[in-house]
Amino acid sequence: MSKLRLLFEKQGTACYISHLDLMRTFQRLFLRGGMFIKHSKGFHPHPVMSIVLPLPVGQSSCCELLDFETESAVDLAALPALLNAGCPEGLQVLQAYEAVRPVRELAFVAAEVSLFYDNGTPKDAAEQLQLLFSRNVLTIQKRTKRKELADVDIIPLIRQISFLTLPDRVLVQAVVSAQNPGLNPALLAVAVEKECLALTPDFVSVRRTDVLDADGMPFR
Amino acid sequence: MNQKLERILPRVQKPARYVGGEYNQVIKDKNTVDLRFAFCFPDTYEIGMSNLGMRILYGIMNAMDGVWCERVFAPWPDMEEEMRRAQMPLYALESGDAVKEFDIIGFSLGYEMAFSNVLNMLDLAGVPLHANERTELSPLVMAGGTACFNAEPLADFIDLFSLGEGEDVTVELLELYRRAKTEKWNKQRFLRAAAEIEGIYVPSLYEISYHADGTIAAIVPKDGVRAVVRKRIVQDMDKAYFPTKTIVPSTEVVNDRVTLELFRGCIRGCRFCQAGYVYRPVRNRSKELLAQYGVEALQDSGYQEMTLSSLSTSDYKPLNDLCDSLMEYCDAHKIHLSLPSLRADNFSMELQQRLAKGRKVGLTFAPEAGSQRLRDVINKNLTEEDLLHSCKIAFEGGWSAVKLYFMLGLPTETDEDIIEIARIADHVVHTWREYAPDKRRGVSVTVSTSWFVPKPHTAFQWEAQISKEEYERRVQLLRQSIRAKAVSYKWHDSDTSFLEAVLSRGDRRMGRVLEAAWRRGAKMDAWQDYYNLDLWLAAFEACGLEPAFYANRVRSRDEILPWSMISSGVSQDFLWRERQRAYQGVTTPDCRQMCTGCGANCLIGGGECDV
Repeated sequence: MSKLRLLFEKQGTACYISHLDLMRTFQRLFLRGGMFIKHSKGFHPHPVMSIVLPLPVGQSSCCELLDFETESAVDLAALPALLNAGCPEGLQVLQAYEAVRPVRELAFVAAEVSLFYDNGTPKDAAEQLQLLFSRNVLTIQKRTKRKELADVDIIPLIRQISFLTLPDRVLVQAVVSAQNPGLNPALLAVAVEKECLALTPDFVSVRRTDVLDADGMPFR
Repeated sequence: MNQKLERILPRVQKPARYVGGEYNQVIKDKNTVDLRFAFCFPDTYEIGMSNLGMRILYGIMNAMDGVWCERVFAPWPDMEEEMRRAQMPLYALESGDAVKEFDIIGFSLGYEMAFSNVLNMLDLAGVPLHANERTELSPLVMAGGTACFNAEPLADFIDLFSLGEGEDVTVELLELYRRAKTEKWNKQRFLRAAAEIEGIYVPSLYEISYHADGTIAAIVPKDGVRAVVRKRIVQDMDKAYFPTKTIVPSTEVVNDRVTLELFRGCIRGCRFCQAGYVYRPVRNRSKELLAQYGVEALQDSGYQEMTLSSLSTSDYKPLNDLCDSLMEYCDAHKIHLSLPSLRADNFSMELQQRLAKGRKVGLTFAPEAGSQRLRDVINKNLTEEDLLHSCKIAFEGGWSAVKLYFMLGLPTETDEDIIEIARIADHVVHTWREYAPDKRRGVSVTVSTSWFVPKPHTAFQWEAQISKEEYERRVQLLRQSIRAKAVSYKWHDSDTSFLEAVLSRGDRRMGRVLEAAWRRGAKMDAWQDYYNLDLWLAAFEACGLEPAFYANRVRSRDEILPWSMISSGVSQDFLWRERQRAYQGVTTPDCRQMCTGCGANCLIGGGECDV
C-alpha cells in the first residue's frame, strides 16, 4: 500500500493537545474507525505515522498534515467522515489522499499572528512594526533542542510579512521558513516585545493558515 | 472558550487537562436540563480520569433526562495561582460554567489525602466552606467513595454522604432533589427526606458528644433518623451499568486503557484491607457479558490495552474462559491484556505466561509480611512456597524483574518478622539462579515496604499505628538485613502514612484541623512536592488536638468509634472476632471454602454471595 496523507484542522480546545498526545489520539481514531494502519516490525510494534510539521501547543491550524500507511486498501473519499465520527472537539479531517510530494518540499508556513491590546491598538503600531521587520538583522533568543538559549536572526527566515490594524489588535500575516531551520511564528511577537516595549501585546494568538512549497504554492 | 482561560493556558503545564472537549464527553443544552451536577474529583485530571467509579456515575447521571453531569478536577498549583490571579472561579470542563452555579456539587473521595483539596476546590469555586453557611438548597455539596466510610473529618463541610456503590442511590437522590427543587423545599426539609434514602448519611442530623479524655460519649441521631446508615450496593452486576462508551482523554492519564471490572468484593479477608471488607459481598459479572463489554469498549475507544480489574482478579472463577474469548479479538487487533492484582499461585502464573507474549516487563507480588506467622496474623493466605513457585515459573518464562510488597508495623510484628523479608528476597534471587534459562541479563528484585495504616471497618480498626521512630528503626533494620546485590529496597515516606493514619480514623473535631491546615496552605497532600506535615502539626496544635490520639492509640472494644453510625454490612462482632483470631495467629478460610458469617449478605437479602 502506498503512503497516505491526511489534511486536518486543529482548533478550539484541540489546540492544547500536544504533539505526542495528538499521535496517540490519531492511533485511536484509526482504530475507532475500524482501520488498521501499518505497524513497525520488531519487539514492540508501533503504528507507523508521522505528523508533518508539528504545531506548537496552543496554536490553531487549518492545514495540518499526517502521513501514514495502511495494511489494506482504503476508501479515501469516505475516510474523513469515518475518522471525524471519533474526533475530539476541534479536530477535523478535511481530506485523505495519496502522499505524492515528499515532505522535504514543504518550505514555508503561512500564519496569522494576532497581537491583542486590551486598551486599544496603539497608534502607529503597524508603521512601527513595519519598520522593525524591515531591519537587516533582528536577533532574538531562542531555546535550542538542548534547552540552551541561542541568538537567532529571524529576518532571513521571514519571506513575507504584513500588518493590519484592527481596533483591539494588530493582525500580522506572515510567511516564514518551515524547516531547516524553521521559525515558530510566535517568535515574531517575542521580537516585538524585545525591540518595541511600547508595543508589547496583552495576548498573542497564532493560527497557521497554510503550508507552502518553495514556489509559494500550497503544499499538499 | 472563555477569554480568561485562553490567556491563562499558555502559562501553565499540560493545558489539555483544563479544556475538556474529549471524545465522548457529554454536552447538553443547559436550557433544557433542570438539574446540573458538578462531579468533582479532588485530585488532578490524570488521576481522576483514571477512576472507573467516576465514569460509571457520569454515564448513569447523563443517561437521566434533564440531568447534566459535568467533570471538575483540582487544578495543579500553577493553574490555581493563575485562576486566583485572574479571579476565575473553578469551572466544569464540559460547559466551562462556574461550579457555584450548579445544583449539586459532588465529590468522589477515594483517599484521605485528598481531603484538603476538597476545601481548596470549594474555596476556588467561591462556595462557602461550611455546610451550615450554605443555607439554600443550591448548591448542595455531597460526597461519596471509599473514604466516606469514615466521613467525620469532612462532616462540617459536606451536606450529605452517599455510602457504598452509587449506581442506584445516585438516581434516587437526584430524583428527590428534583422534586425538592420543583416544590421549593428548603434545604433542611430536603436533607431530612434524603436521610430516609438507604445509604445516605446526613452528618448534621447526628449529634456527637465527647468524654473528657477525647473519646466519643454518644452519637445521637436527631429528628428520628436511623441510628446506623448502611451502605448501598448493586444487587445484580449483570444488570448494572457498565461504561463501554466513555470519555477518552486527549492527553495521557495514569490509567490510560480500558478497564473491565470483573467482580466486586473479595473472598480473601485480609485483616488489614479496607477494600476487602467494605466492598463485600462478592458479586460477579458473567463472562459472556464481560467479553461483550470488553470488545465494545475497545472498539469504541480505540485503546490498545485493556486491564481486567477487581480486588483479586485471579479469584474470578471463569477467568481462563474470559481470557480465551477476549484473546482472539485482542490478538487480531494487537491489544495487550493486563491482569493486575494476581495472586502468586500456579494458575495465575500460567495465565500471565499466556498473555504476556513479547512484553515481560515486571511482576509484582504482595506477600505483605515476611514470616508465615505474621502472614497468618493478617490472614494473607500465601505461603513462601507458593511465592517461590510462582517466581520459578516466571523466571523460567523469561521474566527477570520481580517486585515484592510488604508492610512494616503490622500488629504483633517482631524484628524476626522483618528479617524474614530480607530472607524471602534472597530466596527469590536464589530461585532465579536455579531456574532462569538465560542469566546474562541478571535479575532485579525490588522490596518495597509501606507503613501499615489501620483503617476503619477492618479487623485492625482498633489498633495503634507504631510510632514514627519505631517505623524508621524497622526500616533501618530491614535495610541492614538486605545484603544481596540484586535486591534493592524502597520504603514509603513516613510523614504521609502518619497523616493518613490520623485522618482515616479522625472524628468530627478533625474538621477544624483540616480547615486550619488548609488555611496554612495544605493541598495536594497526596503529592510529595506539596505535602508538608509541619503545616498539619501546626494546625493540630492550634486546634488543641493531639495527632497521636488518632494514630497511635489502641481502642477498646466498647469505645464508640467515630464511624459507628456507618455500616458496610460487615458486623462489628465479626471484625472483633477477626482481630482476636489475628492475635491467636489463626487464619480464617476464604469465602469459597466456607461462609465465615461476616454479615455482608444482609445487603443481598441474606442469601448466598459469590454466585
